[in-house]
Parts: sequence; structure tokens; C-alpha cells
Amino acid sequence: MTTNWDKLRPVLFESIGTTIYMVVITLVVGGLIGLVVGTLLYATRKGGILQNTAAYTVLNILVNIVRPIPFIILLAALGPVTLAVVGRTIGTEAAIFVMIIASSFAIARIVEQNLVTVDPGVIEAARAMGAGPLRIIVTLLIPEALGPLILGYTFVLIGIVDMSAMAGTIGGGGLGDFAIVYGYQRFNWQVTLVATLVIILLVQASQFFGNWLARKALRR
Amino acid sequence: MTPIVRFESVTKTFQSGKKTLTAVDAVDLTIERGEIFGVIGYSGAGKSTLVRLINGLERPTSGRVVVDDVDITALSESKLRHVRAKIGMIFQQFNLFRSRTVAGNVAYPLVVAGWPRQKRRERVAELLAFVGLSDKARAYPDQLSGGQKQRVGIARALATSPDLLLADESTSALDPETTQDVLRLLRKVNRELGVTIVVITHEMDVVRAVADRVAVLAEGRVVELGTVFDVFSEPQAPASKSFVSTILRNRPEPADLERLRSRFGGRIVTADVRDGSRIGDVLSDAGGHGVRFEIVYGGITTLQDRSFGSLTLELVGPDDGVDDVIRRLRTVTDVEEVQA
Repeated sequence: MTTNWDKLRPVLFESIGTTIYMVVITLVVGGLIGLVVGTLLYATRKGGILQNTAAYTVLNILVNIVRPIPFIILLAALGPVTLAVVGRTIGTEAAIFVMIIASSFAIARIVEQNLVTVDPGVIEAARAMGAGPLRIIVTLLIPEALGPLILGYTFVLIGIVDMSAMAGTIGGGGLGDFAIVYGYQRFNWQVTLVATLVIILLVQASQFFGNWLARKALRR
Repeated sequence: MTPIVRFESVTKTFQSGKKTLTAVDAVDLTIERGEIFGVIGYSGAGKSTLVRLINGLERPTSGRVVVDDVDITALSESKLRHVRAKIGMIFQQFNLFRSRTVAGNVAYPLVVAGWPRQKRRERVAELLAFVGLSDKARAYPDQLSGGQKQRVGIARALATSPDLLLADESTSALDPETTQDVLRLLRKVNRELGVTIVVITHEMDVVRAVADRVAVLAEGRVVELGTVFDVFSEPQAPASKSFVSTILRNRPEPADLERLRSRFGGRIVTADVRDGSRIGDVLSDAGGHGVRFEIVYGGITTLQDRSFGSLTLELVGPDDGVDDVIRRLRTVTDVEEVQA
């Protein structure tokens, strides 16, 4: 079977654009929510600068509930919520909503784990200078953990690309959708292969960029 | 003048599982303005907790901590921050901010205190000049040696011109030479800026080099307190004696005595040496009584500008002559005879 690339090329380019759009929006919004939740997890834990056992327990359980749910199940399970927030359960925006939820919790854990590695002595030094918790978090904790945080976000970014492909199952658009509709469902392995190659390229580029940024942050 | 820090029967306990650990146990302590106050103890003696009670990083379980006439035990966390801002602190592991340059580190407490940028810049330059690191302003902590890091720590701690500086094992991670550099700097801070310094350490050498007074801490209690000279020259508590013996090996240990007795046939006495104890006068007369003497052990050092130490002597001669020399030694100093 010959592939009509003249017809498919515009669709492929549009799919690449959609994938990038979904990934970027998810990374930015989910990244921010994850940063806040992860920081709260770090700060409210026992011995933390905002120690609060109740808040920590609630957040911790919430993260543990959402994180293990396979993304494809989450897409279905969140249906009613997606409908209420986005107005529909299929399409790119619906997919982005679920991706944001899933990535927020994944990022929260990664943020928490990276913040824990910051030397507690540094936090104590700032406390000894009379700095308050919010100032410590914003001006010290996050800058001190910036290198590992960037690597963590890069790691999550690849997970988000993975999610965006799965979102194809609810007509989310993007490269995953493209590979399934024009490749898999039409038994056209060429199309599947091209879509896969483009995804690999995107992931490689993000990983290189993330590594470069982390190195800059660590000045090494 | 009122003391800068006062502990009033302060106790601090930690709960770990079902066990209660008493880190600081009913401590009464007064730290005077302008002094360098040493707190010495083995690890686990409660030193680090004690010093953190002064700036409220730890809250006492009972008792009061009064800093600058303010009972800080009664303050809310946000009020405490203002107290902390006026107390400098340096650490064993320096605790510098790796994401900031040297200048950024020193400026941080000024940012917290709300200084405008231009004033901050001037103050940072002044502080770096004081600690001798003007050329490192733009370096990052990872590029500095241990001694340089602690200098940055000191500059940072002094940024807001505190009256009180807490030094928590500030030289324990440094080699001996660098330790002396840092201690010299601490003395300079005390003399030139009039800053009261609380030095926490497990090294008697550090206390000896800088402190005016020292408290010996064991199992959360102050077991001995006095001028460095008094505590060194006449340690009372077992912990004090053991610390003093770590640096002053002027009195023979039982093993040394055994060796001395087997090598020297005469009577062996140990005499304390102090400023004004005229041991030489007595010994120079010994020959007149037919008594010869040999110095077999000992050491003399200077503490707070006073001599102090001991000499162990072998005395050989007729019994009554030796008795007479010992009797006359006792009139000028403390003498201990080693029983054969």
C-alpha cells in the first residue's frame, strides 16, 4: 500500500502542532499546580517549616490515590468532572484537562522529593536570620533545588508526551491520534513509524534542552 | 549592665516514639555582654539544642530564656523573627546558599531586614573587606575552601550588626591551621565590634584559644562553670577533667607513673606550676640538703595570660633531706607525692 504523503503531510504538521500545544499547556499549568502541591507536601511534613500533620496527610493520600491510576482509565474516570469543567469529554481541551490533573500529581511528588534533598542546614540558616516560611520557599528553597527540579520536569515532560499520545483515544488530537487514526487503524505501519519518529525527536530535543538548562542552573 | 542572655531553669525534651530525651536539663546560665562564652560537651550533651534556644530555633519545654531583657519564650513565631534577625549564627557545615554568590549570601539577611539595594551593596563590600574576601564577592560557595566558606558565614552572620553571635561547632569541619584563622577572626569580631560570642564546641583547644568563660555540659546539665583559667587549672567535674586532659598532658597518667617508677629509683612528686609559685627557688636550695632532683614529666602553658601547668620530679637523697624539700615545696604550691 502506498501512502499519500501529499494528503497526509498537512495533517501530520497539524498533529505536531497540537501535540506541542497540549504538552506545553499541560507542562505550564500542571507544572505550577505540581510545584505548589509539592512544596506544600514538603513544608507541611513533620519537621517542615509549615508543619501541619492534617494538611500533609490529606495531600499525601490524595497524591497516592491519583498517581497510580493508569492515564487511560483516568481519562474515562474523570469524564463527569471534565464535562463540568470543559463542557465536553472528547477533543483536545478535554484531553488537556485530564493531562493537567495527572501531571500535577506526578509533578507534586517529584517536586517534594527534590526539595527534600536541600540541605536542612541551609533552611535553618535562613530561619536564624529571621526569614519567614514564604520567603524561604520562594527565595531560597526553590533556587537551591533548581537544577534537580529542572531535570525532574524534563522527566515528567516525556510522561506528558506519552499521555498526549494516549489522549488520541478520546479524539484528543496530536501525534498519537494521527498514528492511531491514519496508521494503526488503516494498517499503515509507515505512518505509525513516522509519527513515532517525530515523537522520539521531540522527546530527544526536550531532554537535551532540559539537561542544558539544569547544567546552567547548577553552574557545572 | 544586664546580661545579654539568661537561662532560667530551662529544660528541653524531645519525644522520639515512647522515649523522652532530655537534651537540656534545668539549666541556669548567664552570658554577659561583650564576653566570649564557651560551651563545651561531648556530642549528645545538648550543646546544639542549648544554643538554638537562644535564638528560638528551639522552644524550651519549661523555663525561660531571656535575651536582651526580652523573654523570648513568650514571643510568637513572627515576633521571634525580629529577635533572630539581631542574632548572628554560624554553623559547622557553614550552611551557605549554593545558589547565591558570596555577595548574595552576605546580602541575604539584609534583604530579609528590608535594606535598600544601594545600602546593601555598601554593607556587603564593608563586610567582605572585614573578613578579607573582597576578591571573592562574585564567586559561588562551591568554589571556596572550608576556611573561606566560614569567613563568608561570619560576614553573613554579622551583616545586620548583631550584638550576639552564636557559633555552633564553627571550626569542627576545618583543619588546625584554618581553625586558628577562624578563631582569630572571631576574636577580632569580639574585640573590634564588641560582639558577644557564644562558642559551642567539643574541642577544648577552641575554648582555650578564644573563650573568657566556659560552661561544661554533660547530659544536658551544666556540670561546671567558670573562667577558662579556673576550669582548666582546677577542673572539678569528671567531664571537665576529661576535657582538660585532652589538651593538657602535663600530669602523668597511671601508665606513665608506672613507667616512671620503674625507671627512677627516687621519690616522685608532682608540683603544680602557677604564676608566682617559686618552685625554682626551692629546687635550687635542694642541693644544700644533699638532695638531687630530675624533671621526669610535665608541661607548662599559658591560659588567659597566666602560666599554668605541672612538673613531676624525681628527688634523690637522704630521707630527711627529701622530706624537707617536699615540705618547702608545699609552702609555695600544691604537691602530690606518688606512692611507691
